[in-house]
Amino acid sequence: MIFHDEPTPGEMLPILEGHTSAGRLERVLRAGLFAVTSELSPPDSADPQEVYDRAQIFDGFVDGMNATDGSGANCHMSSVGMCALLTRIGYAPIMQISCRDRNRIAIQGDVLGGAAMGVTNMLCLTGDGVQAGDHPQAKAVFDLDCMSLLETIRGMRDKGEFLSGRRISTPPKVFLGAASNPFAPPHDFRPYRLAKKIAAGAQFIQTNYCFDVPRFKEFMARSRDLGLLEKVFILPGVGPMASAKTATWIRNNVPGIHIPDTVITRLAGAKDQKREGQKLCVELIQQLSEIEGVSGIHVMAYRQEEAVADIIKCSGVLQGRTPWYPGRDQQRLQESYKT
Amino acid sequence: MYKVRRWVVRHSQAFETIYNWLEQGLVKLHPVMQKIGYQRLEKPVAIFEKLCKGLLFDCKMCGDCALSATGMSCSMNCPKNIRNGPCGGVRQNGNCEVQPEMRCVWMDAWQGSQSMRAGKQIHAVQLPVDHTLQGSSAWLRKVREVVVKQEQSSK
Repeated sequence: MIFHDEPTPGEMLPILEGHTSAGRLERVLRAGLFAVTSELSPPDSADPQEVYDRAQIFDGFVDGMNATDGSGANCHMSSVGMCALLTRIGYAPIMQISCRDRNRIAIQGDVLGGAAMGVTNMLCLTGDGVQAGDHPQAKAVFDLDCMSLLETIRGMRDKGEFLSGRRISTPPKVFLGAASNPFAPPHDFRPYRLAKKIAAGAQFIQTNYCFDVPRFKEFMARSRDLGLLEKVFILPGVGPMASAKTATWIRNNVPGIHIPDTVITRLAGAKDQKREGQKLCVELIQQLSEIEGVSGIHVMAYRQEEAVADIIKCSGVLQGRTPWYPGRDQQRLQESYKT
Repeated sequence: MYKVRRWVVRHSQAFETIYNWLEQGLVKLHPVMQKIGYQRLEKPVAIFEKLCKGLLFDCKMCGDCALSATGMSCSMNCPKNIRNGPCGGVRQNGNCEVQPEMRCVWMDAWQGSQSMRAGKQIHAVQLPVDHTLQGSSAWLRKVREVVVKQEQSSK
């Protein structure tokens, strides 16, 4: 028996009215439900099972998984490769596209390839500079930037054209996302930049780690004043910090991450720092979910992926909902036979 | 030069005025330039433009100039060539994530645009750079664009 929202791998769900993609993430967000997404870090391996194992950890707790594209300018399995594996068994990944490693010819090709495999969500990023990663000797491409990338994919989808103006016979029906960092200067320009991203085609936004709630509230209030909150779904980013030392290292070494001193002192003062980091993460999710205009949460739990399920459960944001995962409905069916 | 280009941003309003004069002057010269032939002018003008803009803005001669929309801070100096910045990697002190000693080009752009009369242009989404224009004169291109627009509106 197949339930109404159970996908058959390789077959697309119908596109609902007013939607741009067939994806579940767009369906959840447009239905007004609180969405949860998480970061799926790619393996340094050619073994598909490693991707499936990493994805399975989030089963039943997330509406989408970000397949990262060389995040931090480090080399891993490609985003397209991960998406190919994930869509095979019905997962709905968010394919990240960074402008650092590929030019407009390669990127547009990947967009078509991704959409053909069943990728319904794409997140447009500029990407970290090559100096941040393990191959600082590499040539950085940056032919497009996040904004022109959004424009490009929107043009492919809505006009059915490549950047060159050449026709695309079946356009990629994707839900377009972008990143935002309300915590990096110039703070007063950030809401305007969000407006630019929306103008360029962004439909949902995932932010960088959000530890500074007052700053985020201010960003959201300014965005509301600009009338942006009705036009976009915003999913602030959160994540557990393993210890005060990790948090300090991340603050000093990872571009664009702002962690206030209060967070570090709180972690340093705790007996079990890892546990405290997770507790703080739950609290942040609860606080952020109360803010007007927040449509969901994006969890980045690098090397603590196994803690995500617990964090989401404790925060209560899913309100009893179980997002689809391969095998969810068969499991329910078996349970109903037993009873 | 880094110091000169920072100074230019601090005086973005004055440079906006100079740029407007330059544009009007060049547009008036259009009949003469057409007679000489734009093709023939391209090389010498590009060399002169490179000298002036190189000194003032650290211009990279992308040929697709957007200075008036970026607070007179050349976005091609961004190590990521972001035409729609600033990215999320800007350090808390306002410097670049790639070159920690350098002020973020887009921090300057935002500052510069605020004192410009047409500063609102920073809110427009810039399209991808046309790399075929690399090395060519943006001034001559602009003049021809303006003339074409004028001719279209007079029809």
